[in-house]
Amino acid sequence: MHRKTFLKSLVGAAALAMTGLPALAQDTIKIGEINHYKRMAAFAEPYKMGIELALEEFNAAGGVLGKPMEFIFRDDQGEPGEAIKIAEELMTRDGAVMITGSILSNVGLALSSLAAEKQFIYLASEPLADSLVWASGNDYTFRLRSSTYMQAAMLAEQAAQTDAVRYATIAPNYAYGKEAVEAFKKVLTDLKPDVEFVTEQWPALFKIDAGAEAQALERAKPDAIFNVTFGTDLARFVREGTTRGLFDDRKVFGMLTGEPEYLDPLVDEAPEGWVVTGYPWYDVSDEANTAFVEAYQAKYDDYPRLGSLVGYMTVQSIHAALEKAGSTETEALKAAFKGLGVDTPVGQITFREIDHQATMGAFVGTTALRDGKGVMVDWAYRDGADYLPTDEEVREMRPAN
Amino acid sequence: MGFFIAQFLTGLANASALFMVASGLSLIFGVTRIVNFAHGSFYMLGAYVGYTTMQMLPGMVGFWAAILLTGVIVGLIGVIVEICVLRPVYRAPELFQLVATFGVILVIQDLTLMTWGAEDLMGPRAPGLTGIIRIMGEPVPKYDLALVAITPFVALALWFLITKTRVGVLVRAATQDREMVGALGVNQSWLFTGVFFLGCAMAGLGGALQLPKGGADLLMDFTILTSIFVVVVIGGMGSLPGAYLAAVLVSVLGVFGVTYIPQSTLVLIFVIMVLVLMIRPYGLFGRPEVAGEHGQVGEPERPIKPAGPRARMIVAAGLAVLALMPVYGSSFAMVLTTDILIFCLFAASLHFMLGLGGMVSFGHAAFYGGGAYAAALLVTYAGTPMELALLLAPLGAGLLAVIIGWVCLRLTGVYFAMLTLAFSQLLWSLAFQWSDVTRGDDGLVNIWPSAWASSTMVFFYLTLVICVGGIVFLRHAAHSPFGYALRAARDSTRQAEATGIHTKRVQWAAFALAGAMAGLAGGLFVFSKGSVFPNELEIVRSFDALIVVFLGGVKTLSGGVVGGAALEGVKDVLTRFEYWRLALGVLIIVVVILAPDGLVGTARKLAEKWGLMRAPEDGK
Repeated sequence: MHRKTFLKSLVGAAALAMTGLPALAQDTIKIGEINHYKRMAAFAEPYKMGIELALEEFNAAGGVLGKPMEFIFRDDQGEPGEAIKIAEELMTRDGAVMITGSILSNVGLALSSLAAEKQFIYLASEPLADSLVWASGNDYTFRLRSSTYMQAAMLAEQAAQTDAVRYATIAPNYAYGKEAVEAFKKVLTDLKPDVEFVTEQWPALFKIDAGAEAQALERAKPDAIFNVTFGTDLARFVREGTTRGLFDDRKVFGMLTGEPEYLDPLVDEAPEGWVVTGYPWYDVSDEANTAFVEAYQAKYDDYPRLGSLVGYMTVQSIHAALEKAGSTETEALKAAFKGLGVDTPVGQITFREIDHQATMGAFVGTTALRDGKGVMVDWAYRDGADYLPTDEEVREMRPAN
Repeated sequence: MGFFIAQFLTGLANASALFMVASGLSLIFGVTRIVNFAHGSFYMLGAYVGYTTMQMLPGMVGFWAAILLTGVIVGLIGVIVEICVLRPVYRAPELFQLVATFGVILVIQDLTLMTWGAEDLMGPRAPGLTGIIRIMGEPVPKYDLALVAITPFVALALWFLITKTRVGVLVRAATQDREMVGALGVNQSWLFTGVFFLGCAMAGLGGALQLPKGGADLLMDFTILTSIFVVVVIGGMGSLPGAYLAAVLVSVLGVFGVTYIPQSTLVLIFVIMVLVLMIRPYGLFGRPEVAGEHGQVGEPERPIKPAGPRARMIVAAGLAVLALMPVYGSSFAMVLTTDILIFCLFAASLHFMLGLGGMVSFGHAAFYGGGAYAAALLVTYAGTPMELALLLAPLGAGLLAVIIGWVCLRLTGVYFAMLTLAFSQLLWSLAFQWSDVTRGDDGLVNIWPSAWASSTMVFFYLTLVICVGGIVFLRHAAHSPFGYALRAARDSTRQAEATGIHTKRVQWAAFALAGAMAGLAGGLFVFSKGSVFPNELEIVRSFDALIVVFLGGVKTLSGGVVGGAALEGVKDVLTRFEYWRLALGVLIIVVVILAPDGLVGTARKLAEKWGLMRAPEDGK
């Protein structure tokens, strides 16, 4: 009995999804949003909440081009092939005017390639891979968040100001980890030629053998450690490293470690004194930032993560592009995105004409414990525009131009 | 010296959770012959339940009590799963239970997300064991030492239970001959349930014990799955001392690997596995599977025969409907159908070696992804046009299958399956790690069809022709002398050999053919998506194919195709909903229970019952 009603409602719901929804939303401007809502729920959910907050605000103020904006959220299971299929559906059947989304770089790259082939705009909101705008960059893809290179360069700048010479690196054994280490090495060596990299550790993503990694790092006796691990790897690494005294009297530079997504699960074991990139929403004081944090907390009874901020800025960027284009046509949108300036909670950002990378920066600070929780102190917002390679280098890396 | 000792102790401590989980899997397999894909999920549940119980029971006593309690709770959850999901399908064809456990994975994933939320949980530290002890100057965490000390006792206790008690005698007897144990008056179902409880409890213990070294997160079920398979296989399926030794071996070598070859973290474990199986085909302590013991449960399979005129007409009509899709369907309908067709060819290729050849592969993605990468690499580095790349993709994958098949076919049954898994994982790590050529997980992008085929409709027709052609070719092969020889080799190696069939060679050829066809599907996939990533070589992809072959019906010719189309179609609908994994998992379990012969097999039975189809006469 129960099973039958379940199946019936399933079939009913399916029928509704096939026929009802498109009819429901006739006069809106639709944007397709593809993400790993299940596979990476801890990151995708705050991001989605940021989007919904911005949508509510914009639509209350009249939407754009005289219509409300609507996002169609779809789950791709974290599979590039699946994301491609969904993007085709969103563009051809659901009438989306452009696509945005993805956290994983591989999904972002797949969508970017499809965008160029089928000629629609893809705004890569969260994927970090450098190749998205450089080696594999194309005319239809734009990227919002500060890339791996930019964040690594910010940390390298901090590292160059210390007297540490012997560096060890630990990064997950995949593209993001490799890119981060490469960028950090390049920028740091440029700034301070006498540094030496004594060991490189490459744990498998989410399968770190933290005790062994901590021992191996300790054995190399570095002055400083560049950490790229995140998520559960980070938790394990911090715990084993702290227990074994690995971080005593050593400088540690941590990519993304200060983002609430990664810092908060560590609770009172958050490392102290690491120099990290992240998002200190609790201490922001300027007007735009505070307004965003307060609106978010008012709507959700929860605090914003970095993903929330990116989601919010995604909608702001798309809104600005639509308004500038004055139409939903792809070519007009493409022209609008190039050099587009957007006012956001972190200040004005620009989508660069040269490589379509936005100049969104990152907050760089030092970790500390406050009320049994990890926070960032002594932080400053670094403008992304200052941490990109020279235009010649970019042109060389980006064959699309 | 101190450094080596510290490393060794770290390795031993790491082996602890691994052994607990792996021994549970090994026990369950030994007695019930179920390869429990959901074992990683019980490990994950152990971590989450342990986290909650540790919050409720503070202090040192509370901590250890919480771990024991977690074992019991997870064991009971295992019992529920066994009674509700597995019991109804014990009589189903061999390995059909895989599908059910796959459904359980999906259900547990969503229920865990609903219960504990998305954020990773940091495991509490063990009270009284938070510090370190210096051994020859090297810091060793106290909790590591505790784990090193506890594990042998747990292993001994298990060993005692299995070898010295009456229950253990029954369990071992059931491992040897289930029928006989039943005939001697032992209630088999409760024995199975009991073993399932014990196995799941061990997984739960493992999950709870690792909390102070890590935490609980939603990805840990799949993260540990390959490792425990490797441990169980290296140790020998069903062997407890083997599982312990293998866990220690894998962990200790892993620790030294991290120090001396930091890049090795992805491949090392699979290299060890392949090496061990090359030298000792049944693991360190395993025994060769007794012929016949593993034989088919349930009713004997019907001989297959070419489709009758009516079936042919139905298929032809179906194909005509498909071919007219551009007339009535939307552009997206064609995209979706293209996806489904490619997946059907992939599933059909696995079905060919699994259903007709009796070779269960857990690593068929190696050839699908292999074909995809072959095509993508050719396009990226040699500027090969699509037409040629589509021709070379199956050749590349076929060649790969020839090599892998040569190694794997030295083994049979589950060991064969595990070795194929190891090879596909090796290939995956190659694609992942060799970033100068494969660009790692940033993948190979911008591989689009030639200009003439770039429109959705043309590519749809191209896929339709190639996939249907491939499937028909595989069907044709099944009815050729080669197909007969293959089935003979599957059903009775000895009799087949006696009639002059070189069984290994026939199986090898079938393996290569299946690989080539999977490669063809992979090649089409690349051009339909424009890019390829190591995901296409992942264990999940192999499972996908395996699931649909069983779901469709192993013992029917069209099982793979029907299962593939059904699952892909349902997935496309369900993923639009919030808790789609739960819905899909429940749906799979329901189908498994209601249709133990697979979709096609059950449909045929129903049709016969209702007089729509003629039942085969006896002795035919």
